[in-house]
Amino acid sequence: MFILGQPVSLSHYLVVGAILFVCGIVCMATKRNAIGVLMGVELVLNGAAVNFVAFSCPFLRADSHLALGLDGHLITLFIIVLAAAEAAVALAIALCYYNTHATIDVDEGDELKG
Amino acid sequence: MINWHTLFFFLFAIPTCLFAVAVVVSANVVRMAVCLIASLACVAGLYFLAAADFVGAMQLMIYVGGTLVLLVFGVMLTGQGGYASMKITSTNWLMAGLSGGALLILLLGCAALSVDAWSPKTVAQSAPTAEAEPTVAPLGMGLLGIRVDRLSQPEATLQSGMSGYFLPFEIVSVHLLVVLIGAAYLARTRRRREAEDSA
Repeated sequence: MFILGQPVSLSHYLVVGAILFVCGIVCMATKRNAIGVLMGVELVLNGAAVNFVAFSCPFLRADSHLALGLDGHLITLFIIVLAAAEAAVALAIALCYYNTHATIDVDEGDELKG
Repeated sequence: MINWHTLFFFLFAIPTCLFAVAVVVSANVVRMAVCLIASLACVAGLYFLAAADFVGAMQLMIYVGGTLVLLVFGVMLTGQGGYASMKITSTNWLMAGLSGGALLILLLGCAALSVDAWSPKTVAQSAPTAEAEPTVAPLGMGLLGIRVDRLSQPEATLQSGMSGYFLPFEIVSVHLLVVLIGAAYLARTRRRREAEDSA
Protein backbone atom coordinates (compact mmCIF):
# COMPACT_ATOMS: atom_id res chain seq x y z
CA MET A 1 0.00 0.00 0.00
CA PHE A 2 1.18 3.53 -0.82
CA ILE A 3 2.76 4.79 2.39
CA LEU A 4 2.07 8.47 1.79
CA GLY A 5 -1.63 7.81 1.21
CA GLN A 6 -2.20 6.43 4.70
CA PRO A 7 -2.94 8.81 7.55
CA VAL A 8 -0.39 9.36 10.31
CA SER A 9 -1.12 7.04 13.20
CA LEU A 10 0.17 6.52 16.70
CA SER A 11 2.43 3.73 15.40
CA HIS A 12 4.39 6.20 13.28
CA TYR A 13 5.14 8.33 16.34
CA LEU A 14 5.96 5.31 18.49
CA VAL A 15 8.50 4.11 15.89
CA VAL A 16 10.20 7.53 15.97
CA GLY A 17 10.18 7.49 19.77
CA ALA A 18 11.63 3.96 19.85
CA ILE A 19 14.44 4.93 17.43
CA LEU A 20 15.30 8.01 19.54
CA PHE A 21 15.28 5.90 22.70
CA VAL A 22 17.52 3.17 21.28
CA CYS A 23 19.94 5.75 19.82
CA GLY A 24 20.15 7.40 23.22
CA ILE A 25 20.79 4.10 25.01
CA VAL A 26 23.53 3.12 22.53
CA CYS A 27 25.03 6.62 22.80
CA MET A 28 25.10 6.40 26.60
CA ALA A 29 26.68 2.95 26.46
CA THR A 30 29.38 3.58 23.85
CA LYS A 31 30.57 7.18 24.28
CA ARG A 32 33.66 7.75 26.40
CA ASN A 33 33.18 11.51 26.48
CA ALA A 34 31.04 12.59 29.47
CA ILE A 35 29.29 15.25 27.36
CA GLY A 36 28.49 12.52 24.82
CA VAL A 37 26.86 10.43 27.54
CA LEU A 38 24.83 13.50 28.47
CA MET A 39 23.65 13.83 24.84
CA GLY A 40 22.48 10.21 24.99
CA VAL A 41 20.38 11.07 28.04
CA GLU A 42 18.83 13.96 26.11
CA LEU A 43 17.90 11.61 23.26
CA VAL A 44 16.27 9.13 25.67
CA LEU A 45 14.24 11.91 27.31
CA ASN A 46 13.11 13.13 23.89
CA GLY A 47 11.99 9.64 22.90
CA ALA A 48 9.79 9.55 26.00
CA ALA A 49 8.45 13.05 25.27
CA VAL A 50 7.56 12.09 21.68
CA ASN A 51 5.59 9.13 23.02
CA PHE A 52 3.72 11.34 25.52
CA VAL A 53 2.77 13.88 22.84
CA ALA A 54 1.66 11.11 20.48
CA PHE A 55 -0.51 9.45 23.13
CA SER A 56 -2.12 12.78 24.01
CA CYS A 57 -3.24 13.52 20.44
CA PRO A 58 -6.75 12.19 19.69
CA PHE A 59 -6.44 12.31 15.88
CA LEU A 60 -3.75 9.66 15.67
CA ARG A 61 -5.71 6.70 17.01
CA ALA A 62 -8.97 4.90 16.45
CA ASP A 63 -9.85 4.79 20.18
CA SER A 64 -9.65 8.57 20.53
CA HIS A 65 -11.59 8.66 23.82
CA LEU A 66 -8.51 7.11 25.46
CA ALA A 67 -6.19 9.94 24.41
CA LEU A 68 -4.29 11.59 27.23
CA GLY A 69 -5.15 15.14 26.16
CA LEU A 70 -3.76 17.93 28.28
CA ASP A 71 -2.17 15.54 30.77
CA GLY A 72 0.29 14.34 28.14
CA HIS A 73 1.15 17.89 27.12
CA LEU A 74 1.74 18.96 30.73
CA ILE A 75 3.93 15.93 31.45
CA THR A 76 5.92 16.67 28.28
CA LEU A 77 6.47 20.21 29.52
CA PHE A 78 7.71 18.83 32.83
CA ILE A 79 10.05 16.48 30.94
CA ILE A 80 11.50 19.42 28.98
CA VAL A 81 12.02 21.51 32.12
CA LEU A 82 13.55 18.64 34.07
CA ALA A 83 15.85 17.82 31.13
CA ALA A 84 17.09 21.41 31.20
CA ALA A 85 17.74 21.15 34.94
CA GLU A 86 19.45 17.78 34.51
CA ALA A 87 21.68 19.15 31.75
CA ALA A 88 22.71 22.09 33.93
CA VAL A 89 23.67 19.92 36.91
CA ALA A 90 25.34 17.23 34.79
CA LEU A 91 27.40 19.84 32.94
CA ALA A 92 28.48 21.34 36.24
CA ILE A 93 29.55 17.86 37.38
CA ALA A 94 31.38 17.30 34.09
CA LEU A 95 33.22 20.61 34.46
CA CYS A 96 34.13 19.74 38.05
CA TYR A 97 35.38 16.35 36.86
CA TYR A 98 37.40 18.02 34.11
CA ASN A 99 38.94 20.44 36.59
CA THR A 100 40.00 17.70 39.00
CA HIS A 101 41.04 14.96 36.55
CA ALA A 102 42.17 17.13 33.57
CA THR A 103 40.26 14.75 31.28
CA ILE A 104 36.65 14.22 30.21
CA ASP A 105 36.99 10.47 29.59
CA VAL A 106 34.53 8.65 31.83
CA ASP A 107 36.77 5.56 31.88
CA GLU A 108 39.34 7.50 33.90
CA GLY A 109 36.98 8.23 36.78
CA ASP A 110 37.38 4.89 38.54
CA GLU A 111 38.49 5.91 42.04
CA LEU A 112 35.32 4.55 43.62
CA LYS A 113 35.53 1.04 42.15
CA GLY A 114 35.50 -1.78 44.66
CA MET B 1 -3.57 10.47 -3.37
CA ILE B 2 -1.00 12.05 -1.11
CA ASN B 3 -1.97 12.68 2.50
CA TRP B 4 -0.27 15.99 3.24
CA HIS B 5 -0.14 15.33 6.98
CA THR B 6 1.77 12.11 6.29
CA LEU B 7 4.10 13.85 3.86
CA PHE B 8 5.03 16.52 6.42
CA PHE B 9 5.32 13.86 9.13
CA PHE B 10 7.95 12.00 7.10
CA LEU B 11 9.62 15.32 6.25
CA PHE B 12 10.29 15.75 9.97
CA ALA B 13 10.49 12.12 11.15
CA ILE B 14 13.20 10.94 8.73
CA PRO B 15 15.67 13.76 9.61
CA THR B 16 14.91 13.17 13.30
CA CYS B 17 15.93 9.50 13.09
CA LEU B 18 18.89 10.13 10.76
CA PHE B 19 20.37 12.85 12.95
CA ALA B 20 19.81 10.69 16.06
CA VAL B 21 21.79 7.88 14.40
CA ALA B 22 24.43 10.46 13.40
CA VAL B 23 24.77 11.46 17.07
CA VAL B 24 25.58 7.84 17.88
CA VAL B 25 28.02 7.11 15.05
CA SER B 26 30.04 10.34 14.94
CA ALA B 27 33.18 10.33 17.06
CA ASN B 28 33.67 14.10 17.19
CA VAL B 29 31.73 15.66 20.05
CA VAL B 30 31.16 18.96 18.20
CA ARG B 31 29.51 17.08 15.32
CA MET B 32 27.43 15.16 17.87
CA ALA B 33 26.18 18.45 19.33
CA VAL B 34 25.23 19.84 15.91
CA CYS B 35 23.39 16.61 14.97
CA LEU B 36 21.57 16.64 18.32
CA ILE B 37 20.40 20.23 17.72
CA ALA B 38 19.06 19.26 14.27
CA SER B 39 17.35 16.13 15.61
CA LEU B 40 15.60 17.91 18.48
CA ALA B 41 14.50 20.77 16.20
CA CYS B 42 12.85 18.21 13.92
CA VAL B 43 11.16 16.66 16.98
CA ALA B 44 9.58 20.09 17.57
CA GLY B 45 8.09 19.82 14.07
CA LEU B 46 6.61 16.43 15.02
CA TYR B 47 5.01 18.06 18.08
CA PHE B 48 3.38 20.71 15.89
CA LEU B 49 2.02 17.97 13.62
CA ALA B 50 0.51 16.20 16.65
CA ALA B 51 -1.50 19.34 17.56
CA ALA B 52 0.81 20.18 20.48
CA ASP B 53 1.62 23.77 19.54
CA PHE B 54 2.74 25.07 22.93
CA VAL B 55 4.88 22.00 23.64
CA GLY B 56 6.54 22.35 20.24
CA ALA B 57 7.31 26.01 20.89
CA MET B 58 8.75 25.14 24.30
CA GLN B 59 10.84 22.38 22.73
CA LEU B 60 12.35 24.95 20.37
CA MET B 61 12.85 27.63 23.04
CA ILE B 62 14.00 25.62 26.08
CA TYR B 63 15.61 22.57 24.47
CA VAL B 64 17.12 23.83 21.23
CA GLY B 65 17.66 27.39 22.43
CA GLY B 66 18.71 26.70 26.00
CA THR B 67 19.78 23.18 26.89
CA LEU B 68 21.76 22.48 23.74
CA VAL B 69 23.52 25.85 23.84
CA LEU B 70 24.52 24.85 27.39
CA LEU B 71 25.82 21.53 26.01
CA VAL B 72 27.82 23.33 23.31
CA PHE B 73 29.37 25.52 26.02
CA GLY B 74 30.29 22.34 27.90
CA VAL B 75 31.91 20.96 24.76
CA MET B 76 33.91 24.15 24.29
CA LEU B 77 35.03 24.31 27.93
CA THR B 78 36.22 20.67 27.98
CA GLY B 79 37.35 20.28 24.39
CA GLN B 80 41.04 21.04 24.78
CA GLY B 81 43.78 18.46 24.59
CA GLY B 82 42.45 15.93 22.13
CA TYR B 83 39.35 14.94 24.04
CA ALA B 84 37.08 16.29 21.31
CA SER B 85 37.10 12.97 19.46
CA MET B 86 37.54 9.63 21.18
CA LYS B 87 37.69 6.38 19.28
CA ILE B 88 35.73 3.34 20.35
CA THR B 89 36.88 -0.19 19.63
CA SER B 90 35.03 -2.24 17.05
CA THR B 91 34.15 -4.90 19.62
CA ASN B 92 32.28 -2.27 21.62
CA TRP B 93 30.54 -1.11 18.44
CA LEU B 94 29.47 -4.69 17.67
CA MET B 95 28.10 -5.26 21.17
CA ALA B 96 26.30 -1.90 21.18
CA GLY B 97 24.84 -2.51 17.73
CA LEU B 98 23.60 -5.98 18.62
CA SER B 99 22.01 -4.97 21.92
CA GLY B 100 20.57 -1.78 20.42
CA GLY B 101 19.08 -3.68 17.49
CA ALA B 102 17.58 -6.28 19.81
CA LEU B 103 16.08 -3.53 21.98
CA LEU B 104 14.65 -1.77 18.91
CA ILE B 105 13.06 -4.98 17.61
CA LEU B 106 11.62 -5.65 21.06
CA LEU B 107 10.16 -2.14 21.33
CA LEU B 108 8.71 -2.16 17.82
CA GLY B 109 7.28 -5.66 17.99
CA CYS B 110 5.93 -5.66 21.54
CA ALA B 111 4.76 -2.07 21.84
CA ALA B 112 4.73 0.21 18.83
CA LEU B 113 3.22 -2.04 16.16
CA SER B 114 1.23 -4.46 18.30
CA VAL B 115 -2.01 -2.58 19.07
CA ASP B 116 -4.58 -2.66 16.29
CA ALA B 117 -6.24 0.66 17.15
CA TRP B 118 -2.94 2.49 16.63
CA SER B 119 -2.22 1.20 13.12
CA PRO B 120 -2.76 3.43 10.04
CA LYS B 121 -5.48 1.18 8.59
CA THR B 122 -7.87 1.42 11.55
CA VAL B 123 -7.17 5.15 11.87
CA ALA B 124 -8.08 5.56 8.19
CA GLN B 125 -11.34 3.63 8.73
CA SER B 126 -12.44 5.46 11.87
CA ALA B 127 -11.12 8.87 10.72
CA PRO B 128 -11.72 11.06 13.76
CA THR B 129 -12.37 14.56 12.48
CA ALA B 130 -11.90 17.13 15.18
CA GLU B 131 -10.29 20.50 14.78
CA ALA B 132 -7.10 21.23 16.66
CA GLU B 133 -7.48 24.08 19.11
CA PRO B 134 -4.72 26.22 20.62
CA THR B 135 -3.54 24.57 23.81
CA VAL B 136 -1.83 27.54 25.47
CA ALA B 137 -4.74 28.74 27.62
CA PRO B 138 -5.84 25.25 28.82
CA LEU B 139 -2.21 24.41 29.64
CA GLY B 140 -1.76 27.62 31.61
CA MET B 141 -4.99 27.03 33.52
CA GLY B 142 -3.93 23.42 34.17
CA LEU B 143 -0.66 24.64 35.66
CA LEU B 144 -2.66 26.96 37.90
CA GLY B 145 -4.80 24.06 39.11
CA ILE B 146 -7.92 24.39 36.95
CA ARG B 147 -8.69 21.85 34.24
CA VAL B 148 -10.83 23.67 31.69
CA ASP B 149 -11.02 20.55 29.54
CA ARG B 150 -12.54 18.46 32.34
CA LEU B 151 -14.81 20.72 34.37
CA SER B 152 -17.12 17.91 35.47
CA GLN B 153 -16.33 14.34 36.38
CA PRO B 154 -19.34 12.23 37.33
CA GLU B 155 -17.32 9.28 38.59
CA ALA B 156 -16.26 9.83 42.18
CA THR B 157 -13.08 7.75 41.97
CA LEU B 158 -11.75 9.85 39.11
CA GLN B 159 -12.50 13.23 40.70
CA SER B 160 -9.21 13.35 42.57
CA GLY B 161 -7.38 13.33 39.22
CA MET B 162 -9.01 16.60 38.18
CA SER B 163 -7.10 18.82 40.53
CA GLY B 164 -4.67 20.14 37.93
CA TYR B 165 -0.93 20.50 38.13
CA PHE B 166 -0.45 23.29 40.66
CA LEU B 167 1.65 21.27 43.13
CA PRO B 168 4.00 19.77 40.47
CA PHE B 169 4.38 23.27 39.02
CA GLU B 170 5.48 24.63 42.40
CA ILE B 171 7.80 21.67 42.99
CA VAL B 172 9.42 22.20 39.59
CA SER B 173 9.85 25.90 40.35
CA VAL B 174 11.67 25.21 43.62
CA HIS B 175 13.62 22.41 41.89
CA LEU B 176 14.87 24.84 39.26
CA LEU B 177 16.04 27.23 41.99
CA VAL B 178 17.88 24.38 43.75
CA VAL B 179 19.45 23.32 40.44
CA LEU B 180 20.56 26.89 39.73
CA ILE B 181 22.31 27.21 43.08
CA GLY B 182 23.74 23.68 42.93
CA ALA B 183 25.11 24.05 39.42
CA ALA B 184 26.72 27.38 40.24
CA TYR B 185 28.25 25.84 43.38
CA LEU B 186 29.57 22.76 41.55
CA ALA B 187 31.01 24.56 38.54
CA ARG B 188 32.80 27.36 40.41
CA THR B 189 36.57 27.58 40.02
CA ARG B 190 38.66 26.26 42.88
CA ARG B 191 41.95 27.70 41.68
CA ARG B 192 42.20 30.36 44.37
CA ARG B 193 41.87 27.85 47.21
CA GLU B 194 44.38 25.50 45.59
CA ALA B 195 46.83 28.39 45.24
CA GLU B 196 46.35 29.23 48.93
CA ASP B 197 46.90 25.59 49.90
CA SER B 198 50.11 25.32 47.93
CA ALA B 199 51.33 28.62 49.36
